[in-house]
Amino acid sequence: MSAEAGSRIAPADEAGVAAAVAAAHAEGVPLALEGRGTKAAMLRPVQAGRTLSLRNLTGITFYKPEEMVISARAGTPLAEIEAALAERNQQIGAEPPDLRALLGSGEATTGSLGGTVACNLSGPRRVVGFALRDLVLGVRFVNGEGEVLRSGGRVHKNVTGLDLCKLLSGSHGTLGVLTEVTLKVGPAGERTATLVLPVADEAAGVAALSSGLTSPYGVTGAAMLPEGASAAGVAGPVALLRLEDVEASVTYRMARLGAALPGGRVVEGEESRALWRAIRDAAPLAAAAGEAVWRVSVRPSMAPGVVVALRARIGARVMLDWGGGLVWVAAAATAEAHSAVMAAAAGARGTFTLFRAPDPMRVSVPVIPEEVPALAALSARVKAALDPGGRLNPGRMRAGL
Amino acid sequence: MIALPPPKADVMARRDEILAGLCALIPGDGVITEALRLRPYETDGLSAYRQPPLAVALPTSTEQVAAVLRFCHENGVRVVPRGAGTSLSGGALPLADAVVIGLMRMNRILDVSFPDRLAVVEAGVTNLGITKAVEGEGFFYAPDPSSQLACMIGGNVMMNSGGAHCLKYGVTANNLLGVKFVTIEGEVIEIGGGHLDAAGYDWLGLITGSEGQIGIVTEVTVRILRAAEGQRAMLAAFRSTEIAGAAVDAIMGSGVIPVALEFMDKPCIHACEAFAHAGYPLDAEALLIIEVEGSGEEQDVLLGRLRAICERFDPISMRVAASAEESMAIWKGRKGAFGAVGRISPDYLCMDGTIPTSELPHVLRRIGEMSEACGLKVANVFHAGDGNLHPLIMFDANDPASFAKAETFGADILKLCVEVGGCLTGEHGVGVEKRDLMPVQFTRPELAQQRRVKEAFDPEWLLNPAKVFPLEGKLAPAPH
Repeated sequence: MSAEAGSRIAPADEAGVAAAVAAAHAEGVPLALEGRGTKAAMLRPVQAGRTLSLRNLTGITFYKPEEMVISARAGTPLAEIEAALAERNQQIGAEPPDLRALLGSGEATTGSLGGTVACNLSGPRRVVGFALRDLVLGVRFVNGEGEVLRSGGRVHKNVTGLDLCKLLSGSHGTLGVLTEVTLKVGPAGERTATLVLPVADEAAGVAALSSGLTSPYGVTGAAMLPEGASAAGVAGPVALLRLEDVEASVTYRMARLGAALPGGRVVEGEESRALWRAIRDAAPLAAAAGEAVWRVSVRPSMAPGVVVALRARIGARVMLDWGGGLVWVAAAATAEAHSAVMAAAAGARGTFTLFRAPDPMRVSVPVIPEEVPALAALSARVKAALDPGGRLNPGRMRAGL
Repeated sequence: MIALPPPKADVMARRDEILAGLCALIPGDGVITEALRLRPYETDGLSAYRQPPLAVALPTSTEQVAAVLRFCHENGVRVVPRGAGTSLSGGALPLADAVVIGLMRMNRILDVSFPDRLAVVEAGVTNLGITKAVEGEGFFYAPDPSSQLACMIGGNVMMNSGGAHCLKYGVTANNLLGVKFVTIEGEVIEIGGGHLDAAGYDWLGLITGSEGQIGIVTEVTVRILRAAEGQRAMLAAFRSTEIAGAAVDAIMGSGVIPVALEFMDKPCIHACEAFAHAGYPLDAEALLIIEVEGSGEEQDVLLGRLRAICERFDPISMRVAASAEESMAIWKGRKGAFGAVGRISPDYLCMDGTIPTSELPHVLRRIGEMSEACGLKVANVFHAGDGNLHPLIMFDANDPASFAKAETFGADILKLCVEVGGCLTGEHGVGVEKRDLMPVQFTRPELAQQRRVKEAFDPEWLLNPAKVFPLEGKLAPAPH
């Protein structure tokens, strides 16, 4: 197979993907990987002569609701999978976001399963449940030499061999090309309700979220809209605590939660669902065009300090999820702002991801924290173990990797 | 018997020098070299295999672990990490030329934060020790392997341990926030910490369950969870394993996921009943223990629904606990299952495959046929919700032929697990026990890929050699 520089290949099947990767490996041509292209604006831009799109690898290949397992080809839109699950009252527990609006994608449908797993994107339920990578039971993938390989399988408990499923999840296509993913899924709560609790500031908000999360009532979402932010008709500053379970449990637990954290109101059903969709997708951040967006992950108790510092230094706007542990930040797309975010994350012994920024900024700053030298050496060795020619998504996560 | 690689001649020749070097690294009584004192370390939970190591190092800090690893790396000495030595797959089995690094003296709890819902502990803290440290505030650490009284969190991380309650709460990998680990070069690396989902490659996910192949974990940050208001169990007995299997499918598809869903077959029911007198129905072919959580009224609602589902499958009997004491009675037999089988057979092998739950009746039937064919009895206990099967194969270790038959029988069961879409090990790890079965589950290129990832961390194959990967390359047996 040969292709002109700047060309795009969209194979019809896994064998075609393997052939395209093998050809790129042999010819020394870097490949930019793409599911449905909705997250192209994330992290660093990939400089590659060829784009390999997984867009044509679609379809659910296996679904057994009673075993809570679903498999689909990597290019399948997440929306298609979620619709199939909803028919059987199931869902992807990690609640992966739809970032099209945030990342300025004009795609008509959601991002792909493979792309979402490659970015390990999880939503509000992450705080109590699992990350998307925790739900990846098995993958089929093509390594940098064009070999078709599997890791994991289709059963829930599997510790056989090294867990390459987790290694590939969140590797942003730099270690292998996912062609099929098997996920653990679970029941959707019969009923959902959210306690909306007005709070004075982030310190009070995180304290309220922590109270909810350390209660025995099975909270499944804990977010805070600061002053000035709003979503689905709910305006900040408010702490939000969600319950999802069988009918009787939600009734009982919401009464107890409301008693423990008085002064709030309860939103139910579709109103609650719309609220959490907005939070999942970082809509209340209302990032303006041209602004940069970061995700900062810290110990929840460190979040109020991070927020105070970033407001003071760079005039940041924020939104909190994961009980305060996830701080979404929007601010001017400047090197100065990026330095402030890096310093705030490091000061809180947390991590950051530059989620969105204009290209000149994305190529000139570390979009995720630098690794200590011993770990950076391991990153390079693991990259070489899977993609010895360095063909897959070069520079996506770090310059030179 | 499974082969071990030949000792490295240069290491054996320099034994005294190496032992002196080790002793200089850990002051006091931290290095064991006398034959008699090495005996307790010659095996683990897979006691059919025994091999005293060259020495045992018992460091008390990450710095000492790093010093020992750096020394072993410089001297080409193999190392075998060890927690409490409860591995059922021979994960901590020594080699004659290896230094065992035992983590039991690193047993401090370093930090607990209830608002942030985490605990930072050293690798030698026991699994139950974490829960004991936080239960006063109503919290617990979720993964609960049967050995939780003894097994250590460092070993749990290395093996990605599970337990009866991981149906709801997940396995070890799903309950970690960070680790501190030491590479074979002696570099100390911190991954994660108090926050979720560190950016960069998922080192935490890769090291969890890596069976000591890529580094030694010395410190762990775990998520602690607030316990539910209460829990209660029920028991349902069925007239065939097929019917019980169908009931499991119906429960899992119903939208009510219990916190635990355990399955026992008839031989297991009988062994447990004789041992624990839990009141299990002896005429049943299969028994389910189902546990739910919540307040008293929530438990009533959930147990009512589960009872209604079970009733559709014509149970021989059902018993819903009315109190915590009655729940304990229902669990009593199951929790004593291994001891109960140990009482009726001089020895047993505990297998650990996983299968798709819909294959349960088929797999149990085939195991029964194999049992008859080889003349060894088997009792099956099973985490039914997640398909993790634990056949207990009874044999006599004093009879080499009986042991050989048991090993073959076990291997055949695991091959069957793979054949029906499952895997060789759900929670015990590959270790030495299932190492040579890896080609049953993985293709040659797949195993080669895993080996290349391992070699990125340990190119000389010094870390826990002879486990997980079939002996090849640097570990290949000497030609005859």
